[in-house]
Amino acid sequence: MFVVFSLIAILFFAFAQYWALAIAPPEKWMGDVYRILFVHVPAAWNALLMLSVSFVASILYLIKRKPFYDRLAASSSEVGVVLTGLTLMLGSIWGKPTWGVWWTWDPRLTTTAILFLLYMGYQILRRLIDDAEQRAKISAALGTMIFLNVPIVYFSVKWWRTLHQLQSSPQTVAPEMVLPLRLNAFAILGLALIFLWMRMRIARLESQKEEQ
Amino acid sequence: MKKIVLIAIVTIAILFPIGYLIFGGLEKNMVYFVTPTELLAKGKSAIDVPVRLGGAVAEGSIAFKEGVITFKVTDNTNSMSVVTTRTPPEMFREGIGVVLEGRLKADGVFNAERLLVKHSNEYHPPKEGEMPHEVYKSLQKQK
Repeated sequence: MFVVFSLIAILFFAFAQYWALAIAPPEKWMGDVYRILFVHVPAAWNALLMLSVSFVASILYLIKRKPFYDRLAASSSEVGVVLTGLTLMLGSIWGKPTWGVWWTWDPRLTTTAILFLLYMGYQILRRLIDDAEQRAKISAALGTMIFLNVPIVYFSVKWWRTLHQLQSSPQTVAPEMVLPLRLNAFAILGLALIFLWMRMRIARLESQKEEQ
Repeated sequence: MKKIVLIAIVTIAILFPIGYLIFGGLEKNMVYFVTPTELLAKGKSAIDVPVRLGGAVAEGSIAFKEGVITFKVTDNTNSMSVVTTRTPPEMFREGIGVVLEGRLKADGVFNAERLLVKHSNEYHPPKEGEMPHEVYKSLQKQK
């Protein structure tokens, strides 16, 4: 089941990337550089999605106290933090040729960097507590609190003046670019789910070993 | 005991930036750039102070001369003359949004030490027969 899903997801990712690189037209002003859009934006969307899953799992743990929700919160936040790092890196690579700089302390970039550090801190905290139940409780409380930064990141471009552009919408993007963007959003989601699945399996094995 | 101290430190290290973001001086400190109108309103106190200036490059205002670029940046209310010796990013052109790091001089000209281009959220393919724009090459030819 897992192998079949992974194979389909990887093949679909290759297909979506081929569309983005070879079928989608170049952009009027940016030429081919804009194609980073097709990985940067899906990575960002899925990062926020994974961190949202972690938020919901944290709350569910606080209500129901089932170890499953703790494992889900840990796993999804880990996938989310990797995707956040990827978003920052890809954005930086895109920023150099278009904005002229690799990095600048504008609100969107700054809040995203803080988001990355917060969830890295969460990962560190998880590894500092030996007692499984105590770890789950403290992590769930923290995982709920630090999620507050996710809407701040999302709305930063609307609330403050930034160098980063506003969210695009199908009205601002040509239809022949919207389609590959959507394909790649699902393709990256597929990859994220593979990692989530594998990470959940590791978490389950770890907790079995802890109980022994 | 040691562990509890460590956990406390990590928790504080995590919660501090969040607290700062929510309750701290975001409004005050996170104005990423000022507009020409805002900079002009500061009067003499703005002169020779490092600042980020944002706006659009006024149509027909770009001029190149011996490695110096002059143009006007506007917020549709006021505009300000800018001079820079820095190479602009490839996307630099008339009408596009820019963020300039530099200082306003006493003669009313903004000296930019860094020139950033602000991209809009619009993405469109080139029209039929049009080459994807290579602004930089055309700029180099102008020099």
